[in-house]
Amino acid sequence: MGRFRANLMVCAGSGCVATKSLKVKEAFEKELKKRGLENEIDVVLTGCNGFCAQGPIITVHPDEIFYEKIQVEDVPYLVEEHFVKGRPVEKFMYKEPTGKLTIPSMHEIPFFKHQVLRVLRNKGIIDPEKIEDYITRDGYLASAKAVTEMTPREIIEVVKDSGIRGRGGAGFPTGVKWESCARMVSDRKYMCCNGDEGDPGAFMDRSIMEADPHAVIEGMIIGAKAIGASKGYIYVRAEYPLAVHRLQLAIDAATEAGLLGKNILDSGFDFDLEIYQGAGAFVCGESTALMFSIEGRRGMPRLTPPRSTESGLWGKPTVLNNVETLAAIPQIILNGADWFKSLGTEKSTGTKVFSLTGAINNTGLVEVPMGMTIRQIIYDIGGGVPGARRGRKFKAVQMGGPSGGCIPESLIDTPVTFEDIQKTGAIMGSGGMVFMDNTNCMVGMAKFFLEFTTDESCGKCPPCRVGTKIMLDKLNDLAEGRGKEGDIEILEELSYDIIEGSLCGLGQSAPNPVLTTIQYFRDEYESHIKDKWCKVGVCRKLTTFFINEKVCTGCGACMRACPSKAIIGEKKKPHRIIQEVCIQCRTCYDTCRFKSIIIGPADYKGDPMALLEE
Amino acid sequence: MPRLTIDDLKKIKEQHKATFAVREGGYRAKVTVHMGTCGIAAGARTIMTALMDEMAKADVKDVIVTTSGCAGLCSREPMATVEIAGGPPVKYVELNEKKIKEIFDEHILKGNVVEKYAMVVGSETTY
Repeated sequence: MGRFRANLMVCAGSGCVATKSLKVKEAFEKELKKRGLENEIDVVLTGCNGFCAQGPIITVHPDEIFYEKIQVEDVPYLVEEHFVKGRPVEKFMYKEPTGKLTIPSMHEIPFFKHQVLRVLRNKGIIDPEKIEDYITRDGYLASAKAVTEMTPREIIEVVKDSGIRGRGGAGFPTGVKWESCARMVSDRKYMCCNGDEGDPGAFMDRSIMEADPHAVIEGMIIGAKAIGASKGYIYVRAEYPLAVHRLQLAIDAATEAGLLGKNILDSGFDFDLEIYQGAGAFVCGESTALMFSIEGRRGMPRLTPPRSTESGLWGKPTVLNNVETLAAIPQIILNGADWFKSLGTEKSTGTKVFSLTGAINNTGLVEVPMGMTIRQIIYDIGGGVPGARRGRKFKAVQMGGPSGGCIPESLIDTPVTFEDIQKTGAIMGSGGMVFMDNTNCMVGMAKFFLEFTTDESCGKCPPCRVGTKIMLDKLNDLAEGRGKEGDIEILEELSYDIIEGSLCGLGQSAPNPVLTTIQYFRDEYESHIKDKWCKVGVCRKLTTFFINEKVCTGCGACMRACPSKAIIGEKKKPHRIIQEVCIQCRTCYDTCRFKSIIIGPADYKGDPMALLEE
Repeated sequence: MPRLTIDDLKKIKEQHKATFAVREGGYRAKVTVHMGTCGIAAGARTIMTALMDEMAKADVKDVIVTTSGCAGLCSREPMATVEIAGGPPVKYVELNEKKIKEIFDEHILKGNVVEKYAMVVGSETTY
């Protein structure tokens, strides 16, 4: 027959592979063969679809039916119903977190509907391991144009005019960076890609490299032509084996096809590309440290200037761009600067990819126009906060990972642009968004991120090496009831000293989570210090748990859940917590469906009902 | 893969266009073969196979084929619905291989509804 009537796209991003999507793919192939449909239905592996929380994700084209959480056992039934009988199976389709309505088509699911795909345009549509698929989606036309028709000056002008700014965090204009490197006279220049994504809760670059590796390579070819580089490196952390594998396949295929390597498309332009695997140190995402790491030296930042564009890898002029920035370049060359600027705001043009994690219904990867508000991202795309019926509310979002800051509920209408986010004290960062609800302790949150930076500090600058440790000790004191008057001021002062006294972005931004939580949630710090009270019940030593006898229905759920058997009571009569046995684990609070658990300060002996009136 | 030229890039795109029309939704015509139990029993599979053969032979790249369940008129199966983008759906009934081939040539390729096999134009009110 030679033609497939339907394509069954199985997501093979890291998230879905972890939920066994590859086994599901095998099961589909086996079952389709059994039914004699193997020449009619094509099974295709794709990169990350973005909807990681619902994996394994299966999309059926042309019907555009979106199935979630498909397991091997579901396959025979699904094949029989959908492909033999033509009845899409409702029970496997996506369901709205807020209601029971089943929504079958991808274009109707709010998560997908509000997105504008540019960088992620090929996600779920191409097989990242097939160069033909990428070419069919206009792949390598932009690099062909750049290499054969355009001068470096013309490329730089288009990129500058598009207004694209580095997607890695700092937001430096890409065209300006290229221009300053192109200006340098040197026998050798380097074009590098920063794939050392290391923030907790960020997986944008990983997904792009896995879903559309050729786009990154094409962006690098264009950049190389613009700056006059003949050699490039993609720096990827070794913890991303799938990204490394697919990039290598893509490099090999492109080289074989003459789209990369010597004499690209017979234009006389050479560009060799190599993957360098990093060992996973967070500081190696900093440009100068990254270059030392490629050189085989210890990954430690150095003083700038000179900037890398003047003296980078092996002392030669080098451009280092983020994965997402590079993946956006081919489309800018093909469609022009005005097209790119048509979305976004004046100073933050285009779209941005974000990864949504934490207290949010639709965990995953999204691409939206710059300037969309945080509210729209949470509620329209993210599907809101889970557990809304049990009183869970959005509290804050941490943007920019450990280098960023938190943005509280009061600033929820902030547009997501480089400038507006910076005004809040957070940073755009590479695009990780960690959501927190009203059961998260902000002191605990600051502690978590500071633990990360304390571990990852390379140790070169004492303010960062020693200062972050002192701050972490202080936060531990606060969380464990040893907080004193004046601790908040010490934390603030230390923060400014660390920012002042550190060479690189790691130290300069490490105190941000602490500073922003103090700025927006000072009352929480104060209640930890003065009242020895963690009101949300996260810091165990600062809590006492009680049952509100007026509300308790005696359902026994907490009693069954309590790991230390500290709850007693008869059926249908209010229960009670034995304080001597309670370990303050908060399980009862999380289990109770009637909001009858009251959280009081440490060693509270008074009437628990008095706490409610506050 | 041999070394490519810019023309080759365009050729590859052309070759794979049909597959991507299915995935991207950029198609001109859509044929739905009704494959409920009744349809299958009446021979919908032969219709599907014949249609897929015709499509491959004619090398059309902008037509997609999909299946659906029983259309409610079990007595007149096998049935197929043809939709040309922008036009109303046309339901054909009591099909066989010869008829579907004719429909493919006349309606799908040339845009003329084959009235003698057609039962109805449009679709039911569904809300």
